[in-house]
Amino acid sequence: MIDPKVYRDMGLIDSEFQVILDTLGREPTITEIGMYAVMWSEHCGYKYSRPVLRLFKKYREAADAGEVENAGVVDLGDGIGAVMKMESHNHPSAVEPFQGAATGVGGILRDIFTMGARPIASLNSLRFGTLDDAHTRYLFERVVEGIAHYGNCVGVPTVGGEIYFHPSYQGNPLVNAMAVGIVDTDKVASAAAKGIGNPVIYVGSSTGRDGIHGATFASVELGPDSESKRPNVQMGDPFQEKLLIEATLEALATGYVVGIQDMGAAGLTCSTCETAAKAGNGMTIDVRKVPAREPGMSPYEIMLSESQERMLAIAEKGKESAIIDVFHKWGLSAEVVGEVTDTGRVVVLDNGVVVADVPARHLTDECPTYFLDAAEPASIKQNQSHDLSFVTEPSDYNAALLTLLGQPSIASKRYVYQQYDHMVQTQTTAFPGAADAAVLKLRGTHKAIALTTDCNPRYCYLDPFLGAQIAVAEAARNLSCVGATPLAVTDCLNFPNPEKPDNFWVFRRSVEGLADACEAFNTPVISGNVSFYNETPDHAIYPTPTIGMIGLIEDATKTVGSGFVNEGDDIFLIGNGEPVWGASEYLHAIHGHDAGAPPPLSIEDEKALQKALRKGIASGLIKSAHDSAEGGIAVALAESAMSSGLGASLTLTLEPLVTPPSLGVFEPSAALALFGERTATALITSSPANRAAIGALATGAGLNLVRLGSVGGDALKVRCAGDDIIDAPLAVLTDVYESAIPKALHGK
Amino acid sequence: MKFGVARFPGSNCDQDAYYAIKDVLGQPVEYLWHQEADLKGADVVVIPGGFSFGDYLRCGAIARFAPVMEAVQEHAAKGGIVIGICNGFQILCESRLLPGALIRNDGQKFVCKHVSLRVENTNTVFTRNAKPDQILSIPVAHGEGKYVCDDQLHDQLQANGQILFRYASDDENPNGSIDNIAGIMNTGGNVFGMMPHPERACDKALGSADGLVLLGSLLNGRS
Repeated sequence: MIDPKVYRDMGLIDSEFQVILDTLGREPTITEIGMYAVMWSEHCGYKYSRPVLRLFKKYREAADAGEVENAGVVDLGDGIGAVMKMESHNHPSAVEPFQGAATGVGGILRDIFTMGARPIASLNSLRFGTLDDAHTRYLFERVVEGIAHYGNCVGVPTVGGEIYFHPSYQGNPLVNAMAVGIVDTDKVASAAAKGIGNPVIYVGSSTGRDGIHGATFASVELGPDSESKRPNVQMGDPFQEKLLIEATLEALATGYVVGIQDMGAAGLTCSTCETAAKAGNGMTIDVRKVPAREPGMSPYEIMLSESQERMLAIAEKGKESAIIDVFHKWGLSAEVVGEVTDTGRVVVLDNGVVVADVPARHLTDECPTYFLDAAEPASIKQNQSHDLSFVTEPSDYNAALLTLLGQPSIASKRYVYQQYDHMVQTQTTAFPGAADAAVLKLRGTHKAIALTTDCNPRYCYLDPFLGAQIAVAEAARNLSCVGATPLAVTDCLNFPNPEKPDNFWVFRRSVEGLADACEAFNTPVISGNVSFYNETPDHAIYPTPTIGMIGLIEDATKTVGSGFVNEGDDIFLIGNGEPVWGASEYLHAIHGHDAGAPPPLSIEDEKALQKALRKGIASGLIKSAHDSAEGGIAVALAESAMSSGLGASLTLTLEPLVTPPSLGVFEPSAALALFGERTATALITSSPANRAAIGALATGAGLNLVRLGSVGGDALKVRCAGDDIIDAPLAVLTDVYESAIPKALHGK
Repeated sequence: MKFGVARFPGSNCDQDAYYAIKDVLGQPVEYLWHQEADLKGADVVVIPGGFSFGDYLRCGAIARFAPVMEAVQEHAAKGGIVIGICNGFQILCESRLLPGALIRNDGQKFVCKHVSLRVENTNTVFTRNAKPDQILSIPVAHGEGKYVCDDQLHDQLQANGQILFRYASDDENPNGSIDNIAGIMNTGGNVFGMMPHPERACDKALGSADGLVLLGSLLNGRS
């Protein structure tokens, strides 16, 4: 009899073990228990999230048609497609931030080039506790260094992303890595082990004892013993990955690769079971043929190792040497370790002796799924109905603006992005900090793609449905601000323990919000990742459904940045969004509250604004565009000024606000106009000669348009009711904005 | 004029250099595989940026032993033109084709940004299209780009006009290089190395086209 402690420690529950016994008709071997445990972890099997993910239309349709694999290609026209994916590496980064973050980048890149696409861009969305804590400073520095180490060496530019600091992430940072690749749409590689008798080739780094049960570790809460899980964290080698990129693309070009999959979470177990199951076939491999880093590794260890920079390739029979030669040319191991069979079972041999014999589909598609209890947390309605009437005009608007610009979540991320090579491959035309989205001009075409990641976790905490919707809306707005048409979404859903009903309710509402907004903006979710159990014994993270979005600019020259362009240009506020205090950075930074309801979102207004932005940019009317997000239009204006070195003089005319009845009626307020947050709004600049044309653009789209003032001088000046309420030299703004993060880290 | 771009395992700016030469300069260009001591008839050899052999041990320390570097040594000895960019500069220093060494940035971190360079000598095949003291905006992207040498070598570099580029001021110096040195050539005037990336500055859409001053100088009078 197997001691229940054995499988329970690996994360299997009694009922799951019974299913395994019934299916196999015998007691599983230790290797088999390990394989089941890791494949049926939430990280690999999505056993709690799968039923909810069916809310995503494209996923549901693809899953029903058995075509999830190819659903991830975005058509850019002219036979070119983009593939993209985002994935979390939160738990490894919590205990070993450098390697955790580095291998997060490596893993997501492999997902891209195993599809036959050359990776052309990386982004990352990071969340940390506050920088007044020494351990958080350590996590932040090492995560950034890990991303830089891996991304710079592998030669894929890190072009964008976002970083937020909030106490809810103390001890449980989020590291979400996104990668994008370009592929000829008729050359997308498959991950199916087709063709009975075809050889199975193990490629890349040798297998060591690192990362065993990494996926299982990712499927429990972090706790006091998490430090002891450090050996579960994988070690990355970006040099090997660079070789693997070039060798894999060269091997695929031979035409002899039938199927290929990277070995990420659950290593050999996942790649053998998934490729076999996808083709409806079986596979036999011998672990003693696997290149091992050290002698004496057990079959269990070899099957569960998460050593990095490895792939499994299925070759056309008789052509294996052509493929092996390519990998050898690049100095990589490549060994035939087995073959495709017609049994539907993955059979693992140890020098010819069977140590595991399991039905492939049972570990993959037939992973048990659970419908968890969901209950709305009482805190949501309480927080939303919080009385915000205490928010009054500040005594000093300049000081309020400087306070906001000095918030690490808002402040310049130059300290971070200067550590990332964001230019290699020479396609990046909008650098970090210069535009609302990264823009890459695609070599050999006239097209450009635009990329962004977005999620305001405070919005999601206060209203999971609306917060998720706004994340999608803001991503689409950011793309529109560079002139790009939004095309598709990848998501990374970071949540706490779903087995607690209030957490699961929040998760489900968030997914409903994402699904709703993605359909509205015609940006299907084409790939993604779920990360649960983001909590420590002290607290849970804010719900963080991170959105990665890609857009297309047909003519790469038709794009604008967020900085002002010429002295004398008009500055307009365009769009129908109205400011609220709820969920704002102002409320958090000045008053210490995360409360109220996020700004309401009108999908129609948002779409009208975004269409007008794209039209105005394509026609050359709009010279710069910047969306108004955290910190309101005051922060947005300051950013446009600082990034260009050009000041601005503006006049604020206060009019009564027409707000939804649920939010109460607000008196006209300069503070609210400047620092309140809104959706469906952007700041644009244009030449005074085009004033009438801009007016026509707005009127035609049914959008409010206010001319706030003009570009010029070396200060940001805002006049209201006869007073200069903001009058700050750019040098002062820039000093606060640029020094906030270095000061928080190093005190200088 | 025919170009060859060396390719080591871990090179990652090889394709950028290749396309800058092919698409922007409009010149014939081929990759030179590290295991082959064959320059395929190239007049100009480019040793590109990246992390050759993972930059393990020391940047460029392993690449210098690659067969292709034997051919590069012969080419240089015969007066052939060799340009090393970033990791390529490190490899040329390790190969003793250029004097001095490149060590960890003073800031201890990788730095990627545009910097201003001043052209210090326009009487070379690498800079003859530049105006004296011209300021160029060209990006850097490196963690180990601090140029160091002893006083005697420094005096020699200065006296011989071997310093072709300096970071335009102390503030522009991203790595702590002595005397703000960004790029040097050998005494023969045919081997040149620089940490900034001219191949990344060949198109205004990429932020700057100032790299063309350098690449264009090579073609001056020839095609």
